[in-house]
Amino acid sequence: MSNILTVSPSPHLHSSDSVRKIMYRVILALVPAFLWSVFVFGWDAVRVTLIAVAACVGIEYLLQRFVLKVTPTIMDGTAALTGLLLAFNVPASLPWWIILLGSFFAIAIAKTSFGGLGANIFNPALVGRVFMLISFPVHMTSWPAGRGAGPDAVTAATPLGILKEGLVSGKPLSQIQGSLPDSVDLFLGTMGGSLGEISALLLLAGGVYLLFRKVITWQIPVSILVTIALYAGIFWFISPEKYMDPLFHLLAGGAILGAVYMATDMVTSPMTGKAQLIYGAGIGIITMTIRLFGAYPEGISFAILIMNAFTPLLNSVIKPQRFGGK
Amino acid sequence: MLRTFRLGGVHPPENKLSANGQIRELPLPAVVSIPTGQHIGAPATPLVKKGDKVKTGQLIAKSTGFVSANIHSSVSGTVTKVEGVPDASGYPRTGIVIKVDGDEWEEQIDRSPDLVRSCALSGPEIVEKIASAGIVGMGGATFPTHIKLVPPKGMKADLLIINGVECEPYLTADNRLMIEKSREILVGTELLMKALGVEKATIGIEGNKPEAIRLMKEAVADFRGITVEVLRVKYPQGGEKQLINAITGREVPSGALPVAVGCVVSNVGTAFAVYEAVQKNKPLFERVLTITGKHLQQPSNLKVRVGTPLSEVVAFAGGLPEDTGKIISGGPMMGKAVASLEIPVTKGTSGVLLMPGEESLRNPQQPCIRCSRCAANCPMGLEPFLLMTLTEKTMWERLEKEKVLDCIECGSCSYTCPASRPLLDHIRFGKAKVGQMVRSRKN
Repeated sequence: MSNILTVSPSPHLHSSDSVRKIMYRVILALVPAFLWSVFVFGWDAVRVTLIAVAACVGIEYLLQRFVLKVTPTIMDGTAALTGLLLAFNVPASLPWWIILLGSFFAIAIAKTSFGGLGANIFNPALVGRVFMLISFPVHMTSWPAGRGAGPDAVTAATPLGILKEGLVSGKPLSQIQGSLPDSVDLFLGTMGGSLGEISALLLLAGGVYLLFRKVITWQIPVSILVTIALYAGIFWFISPEKYMDPLFHLLAGGAILGAVYMATDMVTSPMTGKAQLIYGAGIGIITMTIRLFGAYPEGISFAILIMNAFTPLLNSVIKPQRFGGK
Repeated sequence: MLRTFRLGGVHPPENKLSANGQIRELPLPAVVSIPTGQHIGAPATPLVKKGDKVKTGQLIAKSTGFVSANIHSSVSGTVTKVEGVPDASGYPRTGIVIKVDGDEWEEQIDRSPDLVRSCALSGPEIVEKIASAGIVGMGGATFPTHIKLVPPKGMKADLLIINGVECEPYLTADNRLMIEKSREILVGTELLMKALGVEKATIGIEGNKPEAIRLMKEAVADFRGITVEVLRVKYPQGGEKQLINAITGREVPSGALPVAVGCVVSNVGTAFAVYEAVQKNKPLFERVLTITGKHLQQPSNLKVRVGTPLSEVVAFAGGLPEDTGKIISGGPMMGKAVASLEIPVTKGTSGVLLMPGEESLRNPQQPCIRCSRCAANCPMGLEPFLLMTLTEKTMWERLEKEKVLDCIECGSCSYTCPASRPLLDHIRFGKAKVGQMVRSRKN
């Protein structure tokens, strides 16, 4: 017998799943929404996405190779996914150097400086986005007119932007409503907005795929969306002449992109189902509070980052159900 | 919808290659090495010395201490030495090596194939007979059966559960035994019920064994108080606590014995051994096991004498495949990888699995991405990622609070981890440390 035998402890089987497969599945789930953004925004969508993905992967490679002096792990797909999500969260007209800065902030500050994959507290793509939003507010809120806008339009505000601006300037809601897209447009994604957030339909389709492949659990997206609907619904029910309906709040802005793809990031979200429900509810409440009472028209990025900070606490307080112990 | 246990669990590819292979008898080897410690508890004390002639079925080592079991010779022949023989752990253990000469059985053993149903013995007499036959749990845990049958004072069982789950991938020995020896298993079950003083017994079988289910259901019609429960396929359903939960919905409290919720669990192989011991006067010295592997010529179910080297078993099934990278005694989820084919088959050897080289290595380890699959799949509701970290940081007190001692070492966590982290390796170590700490506190 000349074989070299492996003698290792059980189990001797391993499921076929890997970190890389999980990341590529999320990327795959985002492809339809990406194609839609190319259709709506044209080659600018491709430009922004390519720069963001290449920057995130390149920066991670350079940091690992020359600063940390470890074997680069860029093939695990995590940096590429961060780049893709970063692109999904910015206007398609964003200049290349802002994307580069945002990518650097996401990978170098939010991810690598915390210890790399698995050790970051905050969602890197969102940290990058919020960094860009605060540093370059004008660029980050100039939305290119998509295919849905009229033939002469150059820029188009987002539905949440139109709403906030209208309300701040004292217009009655009934007047603002005239310039808002209807629910069908919102659902299909023909309005202005960040590159990847516009098509609720395609984002939800990708979400169903991720649920089916067990990459995400239902608790986080469902609790976020239900909380947003309830919060919006209560205000709308009390005074429909002042507040938009829940469906508008679900479909306009980044609620679905955030709930399905950003808040479900495994590294920065809680582990147990119960904790995930609380985390999701927290995101929903903060998002709506910012949308209705804050200075920004959209609040889901801030909401997710704030709840990211509560994840370690939720993990240590809420334990899974033990077998045989109450 | 079939029933199953409540928390966690995984479903590895079943690969029951030998499910249709009739049980065949392995020819006698030239030499057997019978370890005296084949069970949980104290090893038995040898009663023979070099040069002694022994018969098949003769008592050769006596149970010592409360948790221990008798050992019988599996062959007739001459004792050539009583010394260290390696077992599946790789360490040399005291063992009795016998050179085989013919096959002369003890006279009192009834070797006819006829089914003997009636039994005039009382419960305690049955327990006594089971103890003297050296019967231990044959699913792999090897806990002496006679101890289980006498619950601690103040506790009483109301249900006997016979474990025909065989949730380990590849293994099919219990499946074949249920198909070929249904009635013998049921008589054994009746004897165990009598010994325990319970009126009811349930045989749990996973839905992936249709023939065994059909035959066992047919056979139970003639037996009072015994039912068959078909369970949804999910690993580790063969774990005692999981099986009790799947069948009755009861949950054995942390740290307690199954009898605390009125249940005693025995394997179908054990029930068969009980039948042979009580009705046929045959002590436990042979067992049915599965020899299997994706590239093995003839994955089979064999009746093998205890002490037979694994090499004989492998040779009979077509020889060691060239690309073998790992030899596992037991199933792929909980079995032990062994370094040599010279170790003997023991009472607890449920199977031998030969894994091709490309499957025998682990994937490179990556950082934890906190996907929480280990926690979601833990059948005990633990948090393996946390237990691993606490072990690495040697935080034993906290580890105890996080219920590390509840871990049944099923391996669902390591199996499912997408980052291929060695969760169970660490947890085992942490468990041993905490166990030590708890014991020293008691003293």
